[in-house]
Amino acid sequence: MSLHPAELGDLTPSDPNRRQGVLARYHLDLPLLVGLLLLSTYGLVVLYSASGQDIGQVERQLLRFLLAFGVMVGVAQIRPDQLRRWSPWLYLVGTLLLVLVLVIGDVGKGAQRWLDLGVIRFQPSEMVKLAVPMMLAWYLYDKPLAPSVRHLGVAVVLMAVPVLLIAKQPDLGTSLLVASAGVFVLFLAGISWQLIAGLFTAAAAAAPIAWHFMRDYQKQRVLTFLDPEKDPLGAGYHIIQSKIAIGSGGLWGKGWLNGTQSQLDFLPERHTDFIFAVLAEELGLVGVSLLLALYLFIILRGLYIATRAQDTYGRLLAGSLTLVFFVYLLVNVGMVSGLLPVVGVPLPLISYGGTSLVTLMAGFGMLMSIHTHRKLLPR
Amino acid sequence: MQIKDHIREEQAFLGRAVVSGLLVIMALLALGARLFQLQVVEHDHFTTLSKDNRVKLRPLPPTRGLIYDRSGVLLAQNRPAYSLELIPEQVKDVEGTLERLSRYIEIDADDRERFDRLRRRKRRFDSVPIRVNLDPEEAARFAVVRHLFPGVDIKAQLLRHYPFAAATSHLLGYVGRISTRDLETIDTSNYAGTSHIGKTGLEKSYEAVLHGEVGVQQVEVNSVGRVVRVLEETPPEPGQDLHLHLDIGLQRIALEALGDYNGAVVAMDPRNGGILALASKPGYNPNLFVEGISRRDYKALQDNHDRPLYDRALRGQYPPGSTIKPFIGLAGLETGTIRYDTTYYCPGYFQLPGHEHKYRDWKKSGHGPVDLDIAITQSCDVFYYKLAHNMGIDAMSSYLANFGFGRRTGIDLVGESRGILPSREWKRRNKHQPWYPGETIIAGIGQGYFLTTPLQLAAATAAIANGGHLVQPHVVDYLQTRGSKERIPIPRHDEPIPVVSQADWDDVRVAMEHVVQGARGTARRIRSVAYHMAGKTGTAQVFTVGQEEEYEEEKVSHKNRDHALFIAYAPTEDPQIAIAVVVENGGHGGTTAAPVARKVMDAWLLPRLYGSDAKIANDVTDAPTTSTPRDGT
Repeated sequence: MSLHPAELGDLTPSDPNRRQGVLARYHLDLPLLVGLLLLSTYGLVVLYSASGQDIGQVERQLLRFLLAFGVMVGVAQIRPDQLRRWSPWLYLVGTLLLVLVLVIGDVGKGAQRWLDLGVIRFQPSEMVKLAVPMMLAWYLYDKPLAPSVRHLGVAVVLMAVPVLLIAKQPDLGTSLLVASAGVFVLFLAGISWQLIAGLFTAAAAAAPIAWHFMRDYQKQRVLTFLDPEKDPLGAGYHIIQSKIAIGSGGLWGKGWLNGTQSQLDFLPERHTDFIFAVLAEELGLVGVSLLLALYLFIILRGLYIATRAQDTYGRLLAGSLTLVFFVYLLVNVGMVSGLLPVVGVPLPLISYGGTSLVTLMAGFGMLMSIHTHRKLLPR
Repeated sequence: MQIKDHIREEQAFLGRAVVSGLLVIMALLALGARLFQLQVVEHDHFTTLSKDNRVKLRPLPPTRGLIYDRSGVLLAQNRPAYSLELIPEQVKDVEGTLERLSRYIEIDADDRERFDRLRRRKRRFDSVPIRVNLDPEEAARFAVVRHLFPGVDIKAQLLRHYPFAAATSHLLGYVGRISTRDLETIDTSNYAGTSHIGKTGLEKSYEAVLHGEVGVQQVEVNSVGRVVRVLEETPPEPGQDLHLHLDIGLQRIALEALGDYNGAVVAMDPRNGGILALASKPGYNPNLFVEGISRRDYKALQDNHDRPLYDRALRGQYPPGSTIKPFIGLAGLETGTIRYDTTYYCPGYFQLPGHEHKYRDWKKSGHGPVDLDIAITQSCDVFYYKLAHNMGIDAMSSYLANFGFGRRTGIDLVGESRGILPSREWKRRNKHQPWYPGETIIAGIGQGYFLTTPLQLAAATAAIANGGHLVQPHVVDYLQTRGSKERIPIPRHDEPIPVVSQADWDDVRVAMEHVVQGARGTARRIRSVAYHMAGKTGTAQVFTVGQEEEYEEEKVSHKNRDHALFIAYAPTEDPQIAIAVVVENGGHGGTTAAPVARKVMDAWLLPRLYGSDAKIANDVTDAPTTSTPRDGT
């Protein structure tokens, strides 16, 4: 097959002859960028109220956003084939660091997630959130899809090692997120529906093993979910109060800064994990719908980018990252509205705090890179 | 071999992506339905709940368990303390308020620093301490003008206090404010309302039992969130009290006995591993840490050359020097390398066959013919050079491992050091070098890579005293719930050391007795007529002396003087106490470390052997006080 240069010139975004916008030059995807900016602005507005009108907290969060968006832009400049080539190394380093953290944690006799690098403290499990889908996508990149049983077996092992290491830390929330990232890659790679049904059964069977890995306080949380009365000061009380906050918000809400549940300190963790309840109380179902619509827009754009990606690696990675973003949303809102147990997962781009923010935005940077570095191939 | 079919795969992916998109939409619709149910269908119900939401739950922190010594003396207590606190949300002008407050109550720079630091960490409606530990007069002064300061109030709370301060600092440790790091490891709902957590020492290792279980109080609040009345209450369960083996009197005597020297004294009961005294000098005042130590005080502690924060008893690692000789002698007997009457000739030095280097004895003229008893009693080095050379490093280090050298004793305190038991394996792993024969020679007198903690030495001595049981040392005897008579004992752990021949052990014990009770023993000056003690002196080099030079105490600066060591147990017929003493830069084991052990033993044994009122002639037998030789290396 031969390509005609003129044909290329018309359609390739990187063609120097074509007049380029700033966005294209910096490999940014306009719809995704707009969605993320709107969502984070919304987040700052809600945070101002949730923090008890503490402008200092809003400023600190804004700084984190700036850093995270900077990381996103930086990552977007890396070509997808480079990302692919780095994948196994990133995975290897991430897994080794997880082992290291466990060893140091053993010495310190307690839960250990951080690695102190002197200047910064760094959580290797965050790195692994990206490294696992990258690794699986790298592994399946040149394999015929749907994957054979052997390839699937290798992929499951690749996924399970870091997941178990994180669960041992113990950080159940993060290990579930990492596991879901891997599962999404396999799902998108086209494993058969029978297998999916089988995996569900296996997961149910593995629950007792997971129970064995849990620390006492985690077991406590699961028990609390099953019987909220057991822990009236902790999670049970949290859920009761957050349901009151959401329900009393009604269709239009009590008004920004006017939520009684939020402002009078009935709501726990109101600026972090439970910030959704503040939003629902003060801005009502309308505000909630706007939030969910923004999320939906970002997710659909992400999936679209995945379908337009040009190789298996880009497709699987972009699809998995997008769906993990959705899992954050689902787990957090499910928890706050009393549908799911209390797991410490933040509401992405809305909750106060920065550990997972940088990782999420780096993931969006990869999506942008995958979308904007495409070359035309004959169809 | 399958080949990738790109077009088909792309279409398959498209299928999966569409399914994902649909699943996402369905899940969002489900969430939406849930929110619709809460916010529209059940809106009225929740509005009522919200309006009537006058009931808040307040955590009631449990009182922390107390710590008692073996005779019931309180070592860690909870004292009521008044602090002046401010709620930022309720104060319009925080700076101005502090300024006006300082007219009534002194607020210094350290208070300001702590206030600013804590204020950043807390939420606007949390109260932040301005001053802690107000004296009653200050509290009264504020009470008069309280109406002028809305949002500022006096809070009474229980604060940890350590009455013996520095004497128990390393042992008890201290509690401090819960940090973000601590939060990662604790059950936060059980610590709701608790402000302090154990940071070091017993306070940390027994945190789980000392803390207790949080209680809950249902309170009614008014429309702006102020508490109106208490509705219902589940009281907290206080933490359990710790009862120690430790005797605070003995602990203080041990510290006093060290005099102006830095060092450590570990005394334990060889029958059960109970720690009777665990002293490290100098100590620090742990009460400073309870309410947050000021930067200046902390820096002073850190910059202090005597390193008061450093727990010498548990973390200090010293070459055992000659105190290792009884153990190596026992190794020689039990491995069959020597017999009790095996005699080596000591000319004052030892040379490896075919080597020039002279390994010197502390006694330049030599000891002449030496058997094991003389080698221990007079601490002959050459005997041990030869013994180590004949036994070889492998047999030696594997036998010494029985006594717990080179690994943690497993005491119920955090932060214990491992020490080093030199072996081929250890050197390969840590230095990436092969073992050299010369290193075996100096290991034979407890020098070279050999390092032990005072705690390890005490535990090993206890094992000789009790005839072959490496008892795990522990500080806490039992736990007790307040108001209950039941004692919950701490599980004990005991590792038997294989005994090849009981006679070997008896021989070594007799030789150790000669060290103190014999006419030529290196510790003869502490001989007592009231009971018989067995021991061994030792000296750990800080400063290396050149091959042809001689160590002259007067010429060496204080910092470089040798550490003096002494291990002992008594009474020899029925050992009740085993002890290890390290006197930093103390010079000779026999002259500085042994008298410390004698004082501690007297304090412990005399009342037990003769009753507390008995007056006994217990003066040190007049030993010739001629100029003392350097007792072993």
